[in-house]
Amino acid sequence: MPSPLSPPLPAGGISQVPDAHGRFGRFGGRYVPETLSAALDQLQAAYDEARADPAFQAELDQLLAAFVGRPLPLLFAKRLTAYAGGAQIWFKREDLSHTGAHKINNTLGQGLLAMRMGKKRIIAETGAGQHGVATATACARFGLDCVVYMGAEDVRRQEPNVRSMRMMGAEVRPVESGSRTLRDAINEAMRDWMGSVETTHYIIGSVVGPHPFPRITRDFQSVIGQETLVFCQQELGRDPDCVVACVGGGSNAAGMFYPLVEHKGIRLVGVEAGGRSSKPGDHAASLSYGNAGILHGSLSYVLQDPDGQTADVHSVSAGLDYPGVGPEHAWWHDTKRVEYTSVTDAEALDAFDLVARREGILPALETSHAIAWAVKEAARRPKEEVIVVCLSGRGDKDAAEIARLRSIENGGAHA
Amino acid sequence: MTSHHDSKGPSSGPLAKTFAALAKDGRKALAPFVTAGDPDLDTTLAVLEALDRAGAAVCELGVPYSDPIADGPVIQASYTRALAAGFTLEKFFEMVRKATGRVKMPILAMVSYSIIYRRGIDRFVDDAAAAGLAGLVVPDLPLEESDVLDVTCKGANLALVRLVTPTTPPERAAEIAKRSTGFLYCVSVAGVTGARTDLPEGLVERVKWLQTKTDVPVLVGFGVSTPEQVKLLSSVADGAIVGSALVRRVGELAAEGPEGVAKGVESYIADLVNAAR
Ligand SMILES: Cc1ncc(COP(=O)(O)O)c(C=O)c1O
Repeated sequence: MPSPLSPPLPAGGISQVPDAHGRFGRFGGRYVPETLSAALDQLQAAYDEARADPAFQAELDQLLAAFVGRPLPLLFAKRLTAYAGGAQIWFKREDLSHTGAHKINNTLGQGLLAMRMGKKRIIAETGAGQHGVATATACARFGLDCVVYMGAEDVRRQEPNVRSMRMMGAEVRPVESGSRTLRDAINEAMRDWMGSVETTHYIIGSVVGPHPFPRITRDFQSVIGQETLVFCQQELGRDPDCVVACVGGGSNAAGMFYPLVEHKGIRLVGVEAGGRSSKPGDHAASLSYGNAGILHGSLSYVLQDPDGQTADVHSVSAGLDYPGVGPEHAWWHDTKRVEYTSVTDAEALDAFDLVARREGILPALETSHAIAWAVKEAARRPKEEVIVVCLSGRGDKDAAEIARLRSIENGGAHA
Repeated sequence: MTSHHDSKGPSSGPLAKTFAALAKDGRKALAPFVTAGDPDLDTTLAVLEALDRAGAAVCELGVPYSDPIADGPVIQASYTRALAAGFTLEKFFEMVRKATGRVKMPILAMVSYSIIYRRGIDRFVDDAAAAGLAGLVVPDLPLEESDVLDVTCKGANLALVRLVTPTTPPERAAEIAKRSTGFLYCVSVAGVTGARTDLPEGLVERVKWLQTKTDVPVLVGFGVSTPEQVKLLSSVADGAIVGSALVRRVGELAAEGPEGVAKGVESYIADLVNAAR
């Protein structure tokens, strides 16, 4: 398998980012309090050093194989394809990762970096809880202290993950401020880091945040796209026609797309959370409906009011319930290399049911957004075409919340 | 040869005059921070007048932001209250225009770059200058990202106050000190804002060293709340910034209305001003 830190990219323009200042075109950068500047410089230096160190590479590859279970296969979704009645739908099985989502690729990589920097305490934010679990897991494996900030609303709706984190020795701190979701958890993690930065590493869970986080997380996740290319050659003898991923902060999508952006023949599609409607406050689709703005340390697309105050957002899926998106996605959006679209709560829930019954897989609600789009699109495309869906995670964590939402729905139907 | 003036910005501006006057009297600057619009903008206006009467040298007016990562619970809660009470930038500039017409202390806005960027840098700076603000403090804008705002502020005769923290390496601190205009904000501790009881060790040395790296006054903030602390700081720094302790008081007094808040704030700040010498 190609290694995540030395992507075999063809030379070209669109992938040659970020620059030394963390810029993806005009996006990205580093808008943080001065207190964090030195730590971000240190992280950048440690990362550059690690990339050049074959031992780092080898240790990570070993973990990805024996601990995570990589490489992870492509599965032909036969009965889903038959249902859609058009192009072939294939699943890239990130849900088979140890801990059940792609997030572990990043937390192992950053955990190793933290140890290189001599930092023994790790903090993280989490929305769906998958990044929190992946961080707790890496910390248990490496013997690092772990504190996870999680919005109180997400603690409620992703309860199974809270339990797992605590079992692995992590402290989960519910965040009661603001909307009590992912965005507030990031605020709290950043505030912790302001006071602990000399001894603590912040493992941010997506391709968001100040430089160099978007780049580091993308690189650690790029193994998804690299494996996809290799498996497509093995199974199909060619590249896929279309690759689709859900976009919250954008890490599974960035890891999938980055190795593919120079393959000009592959159509790339990112699916955001369309929530209840396209009205402000009803969705979390920053690229579809937002403006250029700064949130959590970088310039990207954000959902803000005209004064620059972050807007309230909504998604049925905790992992997509975020008013911003990684700056590289903003760059791909503006360069038109990737198409971004959105899918509603209801469509995502239907896709969850469909895949559960037709494929015997419970996908995460986040992932269900990508699946919903793929099913709609497959119906419109010829049978020879291949659509690969990044199956970013498993949905066990969502089962109870989906059952709750369904019972409210059914109750409503009787009324 | 304009480099000296370029690096010091508006050397004849209101901030320079204020600091020169203090120096003549052998006094140090007491610089309070208050959140604009907490609990409402009428109260803020009354508070600004009270601070001026109490002898505050300059005032930092916090512009509420929904996601303030540099701020601790006290200021964060005040931002949340102000936004919930309907704070907008239009109303903010209108209130500032009134205030700057009534008080003699220069007023700066402490504002997130997210807010400046969204309004547009030129427009924000124009609005700030038109409202009579003396400068901006932008706590989430590091040196590397600040060139455009720097030039725009200079064009409008606004100071751009920069921050140095305990985690800033010396070389970088020297560069920040050199480029700060109006004054230099020396953050006493690594962490978010919030009142603390002790002054951290090494602070005195750091302030002395910073003073050798800049021509503008060095003010110390984060954690200052008592006259004793102000007195201690005044023996070395050019002034002290009082934030969370004042914001907490405003919050506690809010039920007493604008005049009640103003009265309580005035006596608290007057004691601190007395200690700043
Ligand atoms: C399974 C799964 N997919 C996707 C996401 C969204 O994050 P990102 O857009 O960074 O991949 C999450 C976040 O929690 C997740 O758990």
